[in-house]
Amino acid sequence: MARVVFDNVSKHFGSVKAVDEVSFDISEGEFICLLGPSGCGKTTTLRLLAGLEQPTSGRISIGDRDVTDAKPKERDVGMVFQDYALFPHMTIAENIAYPLKVRGVGAHDRHARAEEVARSLGIELLLARRPGQISGGQQQRTSVARAVVHKPQVFLFDEPLSNLDAKLRVEARSFLKHLQTELGVTAVYVTHDQAEAMALADRIAVMESGRVVQMGAPLDVYRRPATTFVANFLGSPPMNLLPVGLELRNGGAVLRHDGFHVDVSGWREGLAQRFRDGDSLTLGVRPEHLQLAPAEADATVTGEVYTLEPLGPETLITCMIDGRLITARLFGDEPPALGKVAHFRVDPAHLDLFDEAGNRIAL
Amino acid sequence: MRLLGLVVSRAAFYAVAAVFACLFALPLVWLVFAPFDARANLFVRLPHPFTLANFGKVFANGFAVRALFANSIIQGVGAMLLVTLLATLMAYALSRAPIRGTDMLSYGLVLFSSIVTGTAAMVPLFLLIYAMGLIDTQLGVILVFTGGLLPAAVFIMRDFVDSIPRSYEESALVAGASPWRMFLDIALPIVRPGMMVVAVWTFVNVWGGFFVPFILLRSPTNMPASVAIYSFYTEGGTPIITLTTAYSLLYTIPVLVLYLFVNWRYGFRFFGGIKS
Repeated sequence: MARVVFDNVSKHFGSVKAVDEVSFDISEGEFICLLGPSGCGKTTTLRLLAGLEQPTSGRISIGDRDVTDAKPKERDVGMVFQDYALFPHMTIAENIAYPLKVRGVGAHDRHARAEEVARSLGIELLLARRPGQISGGQQQRTSVARAVVHKPQVFLFDEPLSNLDAKLRVEARSFLKHLQTELGVTAVYVTHDQAEAMALADRIAVMESGRVVQMGAPLDVYRRPATTFVANFLGSPPMNLLPVGLELRNGGAVLRHDGFHVDVSGWREGLAQRFRDGDSLTLGVRPEHLQLAPAEADATVTGEVYTLEPLGPETLITCMIDGRLITARLFGDEPPALGKVAHFRVDPAHLDLFDEAGNRIAL
Repeated sequence: MRLLGLVVSRAAFYAVAAVFACLFALPLVWLVFAPFDARANLFVRLPHPFTLANFGKVFANGFAVRALFANSIIQGVGAMLLVTLLATLMAYALSRAPIRGTDMLSYGLVLFSSIVTGTAAMVPLFLLIYAMGLIDTQLGVILVFTGGLLPAAVFIMRDFVDSIPRSYEESALVAGASPWRMFLDIALPIVRPGMMVVAVWTFVNVWGGFFVPFILLRSPTNMPASVAIYSFYTEGGTPIITLTTAYSLLYTIPVLVLYLFVNWRYGFRFFGGIKS
């Protein structure tokens, strides 16, 4: 268990800035997810922490120790790789015991410990087999067992669930969360799956083009995305983003789009300080904050129903509004039929506004 | 009619195939029968009268026995160990070093290596070995063979090393292994089939090599079997068939044993890939 600090860490590959001045501070026992699309630098960040890459600049520390220039073996971390990286010529028991073997633990002790860890992960019957003879889910557990067997200070996970099928993935997710809570070890977890990050993390760090654009508790990031990128990346389906014009007239404030308008007079003061009448903004609204409204109601978004996706407890309804698709999540309501016109009420309490650069406007 | 045509074409195919099979098989059959024949000639026939006396005469030739069971083995095994060890380390370095153009280097080396042990390079090689003071030494022969075979061996080994996912090595490093330990524990066992291929291939090349030892060695006590076989020629320069075949049969056995052992123990394949 240890604190992990990244202080202005950059990693350049030639002219490419894979990681660009990243700073964060992970508390003891915290579970952090690095979330972002492929190529955003999340895996490089993890590899920097593991010691598999050397930073171009900045400092990294684990516990009270500066490990910036330390070799991987001096960092006391355990890592689960995306392809599990189990050694094909060793048995499962030998694989699990390998970190103890290189630490000079005797054969008897290390196999006893490997068996103990294997039992706690439910793979004790596979110990004599080889990696090629067990299933993907079992390989994943073996890989986790190897990462925890020497009780490292920090766990590192590099998309460990991406090679599992959907059902197994959800199962393995709860198993990992349970394990981390039980062991209480600091964990850094890389994923491009926002649902996985939301489910597992104490805090999420959303990365884009080598930078951490937002870091916070999952629900905070979900509810108050710092940029349109975060808003778009988190949530399935993602937040609806619509370009709107700001009208500041007669003591009120209105966001106007071709097909609809929203009265935001309550925010007039804040908006008037920074924007002028006619400025372009981006309106963000989560699918679950669009509710069906009667046709005659005021301040509605109106569009033709484009697709309906019944998912059981909820139905996703996508409408075409001036060439843009917006999606609403309906619970219980009977949705309008395909091709019919649907009206949605937008609750101003659940709106997000972004400026032209895509940054959140705090109001 | 169609059936008849099919039968005829099949029969013709087997007839042609049989002729080719005989072309390749007959010399081998001859090699197996002739040593046991007291009056062997260049025709294939069952040994008549059957005898083991030819082998007795071969073993009475101390020069030839020493060549086969000492010199050939020393040169073959020496070059085999050196080539296998160096090729593995070089292939690993070429595969993992963050240097551009290592592929071109590998191809270039293979291309030029065919010259090194070839006849064209014999004069400069002779002068080089002479300058090093290694004329008439086993070491000189081993070094020349190693130099000539190494590029192709590196080329074969690279394919095996390239097939090891980097994550295997990285996970060993993160698990706490030093780079050298990681190489010994993870990379080496995975490329072992490749090392066996290279070892057998090197041994066979050196075992059958005639020109290099013939040029570089002087004293009869250093000659390998490929050169010593000439001691079974008459002074007029014609082979004594009974003795050359008996010696040849003995000469093939170590290679066969080595191949069969490696094939049984590790399987023989010329390409990389993880069999998990």
